[in-house]
Amino acid sequence: MISWSVIDTWIIIVGVLSAVGCALPGAYLLLRRQSMMGDAISHSVLPGIAGAYLIMGNREPLTLFLGAIVIGIVTTVLIRLVKHGGKIEDGAAMGVVFTALFALGLVMIRRAADHVDLDPDCVLYGAIELTFLDTVPFLGMDVPRAALLTGGMLLANVLFLGLLYKELKLSSFDPGLSDALGYSSRFLHHLLMVAIAATMVASFEAVGSILVIAMLIVPPACAYLLCNRLLPMLLVSAGFAAASAVLGHLSAIALPPVLGYEDTSTAGMMALAAGVLFGGVFFLSPKSGVLAQSWRRVRLGAQLLSEEVLGVLYRRQEAPGVSARPVLAPEELRRGAQGRTVEWLAGRRLVRQGYVRPVPGGFELTEPGLHEARRLIRAHRLWETWLVEEMNLRPDHVHGPASRLESVTGEAMEEELARETGAPAMDPHARRIPPAEKH
Amino acid sequence: METRTDRPTTRPAVPEHRPAPASPAGTDHSPNAPISIHDVTVAYDRKPVLWDVDLDVPEGRLVGLIGPNGAGKSTLLKAILGLVPVISGRVAIYGKPLSKQRKLLGYVPQRESVDWDFPVTVRDVVQMGLYGQVGWFRRLRREHVRRADEALERVGMTDLADRQISQLSGGQQQRVFLARALAQDAQIYLMDEPFAGVDSATEKSIVALLHDLRNAGRTVVCVHHDLQTVAAYFDYVILLNMRVVTHGATADVYTEENLRKTYGGQLTLLSSAATALAQRH
Ligand SMILES: Nc1ncnc2c1ncn2[C@@H]1O[C@H](COP(=O)(O)OP(=O)(O)O)[C@@H](O)[C@H]1O
Ligand SMILES: [Mg+2]
Repeated sequence: MISWSVIDTWIIIVGVLSAVGCALPGAYLLLRRQSMMGDAISHSVLPGIAGAYLIMGNREPLTLFLGAIVIGIVTTVLIRLVKHGGKIEDGAAMGVVFTALFALGLVMIRRAADHVDLDPDCVLYGAIELTFLDTVPFLGMDVPRAALLTGGMLLANVLFLGLLYKELKLSSFDPGLSDALGYSSRFLHHLLMVAIAATMVASFEAVGSILVIAMLIVPPACAYLLCNRLLPMLLVSAGFAAASAVLGHLSAIALPPVLGYEDTSTAGMMALAAGVLFGGVFFLSPKSGVLAQSWRRVRLGAQLLSEEVLGVLYRRQEAPGVSARPVLAPEELRRGAQGRTVEWLAGRRLVRQGYVRPVPGGFELTEPGLHEARRLIRAHRLWETWLVEEMNLRPDHVHGPASRLESVTGEAMEEELARETGAPAMDPHARRIPPAEKH
Repeated sequence: METRTDRPTTRPAVPEHRPAPASPAGTDHSPNAPISIHDVTVAYDRKPVLWDVDLDVPEGRLVGLIGPNGAGKSTLLKAILGLVPVISGRVAIYGKPLSKQRKLLGYVPQRESVDWDFPVTVRDVVQMGLYGQVGWFRRLRREHVRRADEALERVGMTDLADRQISQLSGGQQQRVFLARALAQDAQIYLMDEPFAGVDSATEKSIVALLHDLRNAGRTVVCVHHDLQTVAAYFDYVILLNMRVVTHGATADVYTEENLRKTYGGQLTLLSSAATALAQRH
């Protein structure tokens, strides 16, 4: 049995607060195709923190935030200068700037190391497990400092993104129009980068830079696959971020005993949980998920196959000397080698639409099925005629395209086709084009 | 604002006709011109793309901005809108600097300039045209929402208002951009290739809309590629290739000789029309 304590509660609270606080501005980075910027700033924050400490001589939140704001602006401006000066693309400019700043930060930390414990290891993984040790009184309770910091940061982000919702939406989608309407896209870009730098500083100590970067990118990526509008995307990002934090901590508690490990990094497990959730969304999302896409392919295959079946039955029936209704044996369905699922679906579709009924030895056309088949064959042969006459295709090349076109031919298109081809009685293969049905 | 809409559709019968300016500095500018471009030069990375452009765009005209690829047509529109820094010269909108006149300008950028996978709906995009009217931190009011919906109605996109923009065809995307500019209810419209990649039915309806705008007294400047239709669509043309080759009433300046100057001389009307057509596909 898992033993739960108030420590776990605080870990989850701090994890959720910082994850959600990162995911919200991270969504804008993703939409601006600047997710790399999160990576860049996460590295360059280091000299910001160290510099602020060296100058101010303390590590109060205010000091660190000042450092973050300065470094957010410096990074953004430097990247722009390097990009334009060196005429190189975004990613390379970011790489140059953030590695240089990161190196600078390491040197500065060494200098500061005599005075503080700014531990590079801690910057990477954080110390979420230890947050409960450092508490401050708040509203009559002893609250971990990290919870206050990350909570304040989340609140600030919600305010920032809420107040500038329309401005950020516009400048992310169409910076040109944003500038033309008087909302400077460069200014908004800087604001966003400062917000992200501040968010990072607030979260670093607790959860470390790996989790911060993961939360900036992964939950918004999940939401992007699922959402059609900006506000839902922000809310869903927040939801995934929170879920990653909770699931991450639960598995950090539950997994090590099962797998026989001693211990594991909670922040690492939270990042891993986010990755697993993304994998799930990637496969299952109805919009672009792998599963949904193959299901759409199967359904389309079934539709085409069922139309082919109607066509085959109709052609048999129109052959000279045939009086009885032709029967299609089930094994004849297996023509296109499309797989069992497609065949089964095509058969079920035909029966459900009432176009065929089962008889001994297979299927035969019903009355409505005959009408539908005649309509399809008419469209097919009109298309063949049109393709030969208007597009100058060779008669032996038109069956394929006509088969695809027939299934999307509505009544109006059929009339138009008949008009353009002069409503002939025979198609290019000298087969009779069934006359239009009276409606 | 509305008074202009009600103006009679007749314009002075004799268009102000000016041959290509011999010396750019010699042009006299009217303080009432919707757009006055004074000796504007624009460069990207020290490579000049617009040289000494100096002209007034006359009011209430449907103006075609014509020139080969890379001639600087998009750059000229951006310079008017203040989206690219000018090295020298200035632009005045009805005699005043741009910063005071932003609300008078409606912009339809090239369709490829934005990410059509962005999670917004058709209605969201059209409403963006009205953001300039409420200012920082403010939300749109009900009246703005209504105006956006009216603009959608005018371009026949009401049924698709709640679609995500990634699910639109090229012609529909262009109509969304047009609706966004219409919602702004601007005096001056700057449109960058509004016919690129649209089907002929959409092209016809867009042309009709542009004529409506012009007849309501608005000034419309349109980057256009298809040389065949220039004379039918526009009553005024600016021929541009880094410099202004000439500008004036279509009937006066849209000649094969001027086109040859614009397109480098070696191209015949036919072959450049063919390239223009090819670029549209
Ligand atoms: N952002 C930019 N940076 C550098 N060069 C540019 C930029 N935009 C356009 N150019 C160059 O400026 C010239 C004019 O471009 P543009 O105004 O887009 O021409 P047009 O719209 O007439 O095709 C082209 O040679 C183009 O390569
Ligand atoms: Mg252009």
